[in-house]
Amino acid sequence: MTAAAAFIPASPPPAAARRRLGGARIAGLGILALWTLLGVAILWLLVAGYDGEMIARYLPRILDGVLTTLQLVGLSLVIGAALSIPVAAGRLSANPAIGAVTFAYSYFFRGTPLLAQTFLVYYGAGQFVGFFREIGLWWFFRDAFNCAVLTFALNTAAYQAEILAGAIRSVPRGQWQAAQSLALPRGVTLARIIVPQALITALRPYGNEVVLMIKGSAIASIITVLDLMGQTRYAFSKTYDLQVYLWAAILYLAMVEILRRVWDVLERRLTRHLQRTD
Amino acid sequence: MNEALSLLSFGPTGWGDEIASGVWVTVSLAASTLPFGLALGFLVALAKTSEDAYLRAGANIYTTLFRGLPELLTLFLIYYGGQIALSAFTQRLFGQPTEVNGFVAGLFALSLVFSSYASEVFLSAFRGIPAGQYEGAQALGLNRIKTMRLVILPQLVRLALPGLSNLWLILLKDTALVSVIGLSDILRNTNVAVGNTKEPFLFFFVACMIYLVLSMVSSIAFGFISGWAERGQETRA
Repeated sequence: MTAAAAFIPASPPPAAARRRLGGARIAGLGILALWTLLGVAILWLLVAGYDGEMIARYLPRILDGVLTTLQLVGLSLVIGAALSIPVAAGRLSANPAIGAVTFAYSYFFRGTPLLAQTFLVYYGAGQFVGFFREIGLWWFFRDAFNCAVLTFALNTAAYQAEILAGAIRSVPRGQWQAAQSLALPRGVTLARIIVPQALITALRPYGNEVVLMIKGSAIASIITVLDLMGQTRYAFSKTYDLQVYLWAAILYLAMVEILRRVWDVLERRLTRHLQRTD
Repeated sequence: MNEALSLLSFGPTGWGDEIASGVWVTVSLAASTLPFGLALGFLVALAKTSEDAYLRAGANIYTTLFRGLPELLTLFLIYYGGQIALSAFTQRLFGQPTEVNGFVAGLFALSLVFSSYASEVFLSAFRGIPAGQYEGAQALGLNRIKTMRLVILPQLVRLALPGLSNLWLILLKDTALVSVIGLSDILRNTNVAVGNTKEPFLFFFVACMIYLVLSMVSSIAFGFISGWAERGQETRA
């Protein structure tokens, strides 16, 4: 047996690795500096261009536009959600004819620009004035807001149907089989077992769809709807002051960010039974 | 029916040639946005995977901004903001204002939007590559650039392709917005045709069908590209 002949003398810990000013840090600081510069420039534009009269004249209109945008988006989403249920059922149907029709619907509305669809409905309806007068629906198509709601609802119904159908498909087959072995009728299986599980998968895509709808609703301004974008364009056409677009940008960003935060909370709340606590 | 066909025919009486030139503008705008959007999106994704918190924050601001703004508003901000800035600049420099090119403004705005979405696609693709790939490359003595080029990128393309093909289809549809700033794309030219013929339903329906055909052709092309990107996958049993 050998014993250590000498103690290793105590020594101070090695010097901490020197904080290197690496490429990533420099790039990061540079980019943040650019953002700060942009923020300051925007702030300066808003402060230096402060015009009490302009704000008094156009800010109420623009806030009114926010309300119109929210109405537009809310109505379209609710109507679209209702429409998406039969479309999703069709997409999941075993009947090839129903499947083909709903696929064509979904493909058309997801494959063409929302702007083109809006033109098709709004200006296209104008071509059939006589027909719509006859069936007493002209009052509906005469108003740009109604046309925008109709188009957006049809559009979002196609997307929501895909979300719903995809979520239902993602529920494992065993769930259907277990329900069947318990002799549950199809309707109950769907309502009590499949859809609740599907909705949790669908939550995130639904949130994205709402954000896309808020952003997409700006298109309504092109067919003369005075939503947030429409009021902004009106104010810009009167003042040629870029400020109004910055106001709109801030308002849109606020709407989208608030929605995203709320959705995150909602998702965490609804999936709390799935979270592992260990 | 015959009337509709004559309206859509080529030549001085029909609108076929105008619409065809619109298709060319749409396709060339989308195609020239793609490389800028991809390159920028890749860089932003790289920044997001960086270990440096400042770099990550800078990249996240970028995505929050351009994914949160309506595409139409981004386009207007670039177009009118660029117009005002460039006019002031050239006025001072050359004594006369310059016009902002609608195509360039559209290219710029669409690249910003595309790249902010693409960065998220690339980011999740980066996360799909196991750390062992980096370690293996390091063990072989590859430097960082070679690791990226020879080991990571080929796998990244395969993982990112489905997301990118979706973004391409969205980009094709978003190009329709440039018609609002007066660029003669499909929608703008059909709009002009509508103004002259008073046949809105026919022309806008045709425009929609053209967009559908473009996205179908793209889907077929993406089928081939994904076959190519996954060429190494089949042999592995």
